[in-house]
Amino acid sequence: MNDHIDLDAFLHTDPRDVGCEEATEALHVYAELYAADPQAARTRYPGIAAHLKACGPCSTDFEGLLALISE
Amino acid sequence: MAVDDATEQWLADLRATGATRDAAHARLHDLLLRAARTETNRRANRLRLTGVEVDDLAHQAAADAMLAVLAKLSQFRGESRFTTWAYRFVVFEVSTKLGRHFWTRNPAVPLDGIAWERVPAVFGFSAEREAEWRELFVVFRHAVENELTDHQRQIFQAIVVDGVPLDALRVRLGTNRNAIYKVLFDARRKLRAVLVAKGHLPEER
Ligand SMILES: [Zn+2]
Repeated sequence: MNDHIDLDAFLHTDPRDVGCEEATEALHVYAELYAADPQAARTRYPGIAAHLKACGPCSTDFEGLLALISE
Repeated sequence: MAVDDATEQWLADLRATGATRDAAHARLHDLLLRAARTETNRRANRLRLTGVEVDDLAHQAAADAMLAVLAKLSQFRGESRFTTWAYRFVVFEVSTKLGRHFWTRNPAVPLDGIAWERVPAVFGFSAEREAEWRELFVVFRHAVENELTDHQRQIFQAIVVDGVPLDALRVRLGTNRNAIYKVLFDARRKLRAVLVAKGHLPEER
């Protein structure tokens, strides 16, 4: 199993990354847009997209939210 | 902002008084508990939770999500369906409960110095290929020990080396997710700058 952290990816930081607080605050809006059109969501909210790519806990919350509204 | 009919109904009922509001509270709790069960179950496999634990955590998360939704109802601006907004509190509370639960499973995770002998494996550096990564590793270790602040080093150690989930660490330190993320973000940027300067990593793409 390949369970290690990729050092290069781990040390990559995106200056657009808005952080957990801003991402969490807008997660409901982002999730509904994403459920309809993922690319539109990423284009409209690049800072949230960048954050979800880098933050494990927020992306786990996002996946959960997306699953709940897609039921 | 125009909201859908179901959202409008939720808001009207939750802002009503007497029996209408009581019934809306009961409906809301049902909705949140169902969502909390779904979300806890979704995460249960990876965390090897028992059925009893799932149920207990889901109830706790639903209760706290309920409090959060009611406390923040006036901040709901109709930018999404009401239920989507409410589910946001459910997933976050499930994360919080699982973060707390981590310590009941792993009470003995040390919060003292970095076990450097374990770090190569963390990054998938194998003993057979040590010649390829030894130099980078020396620079990396020196940067962690000398460039990071004590706080940055503690957060780096807990999350990266000891594998403590960020939400577990936030619960233990009594802080919020964003604060820990920011500390780690700045540490990552600093470490990358050192490795780039020494020619061990490419510039940011
Ligand atoms: Zn985050």
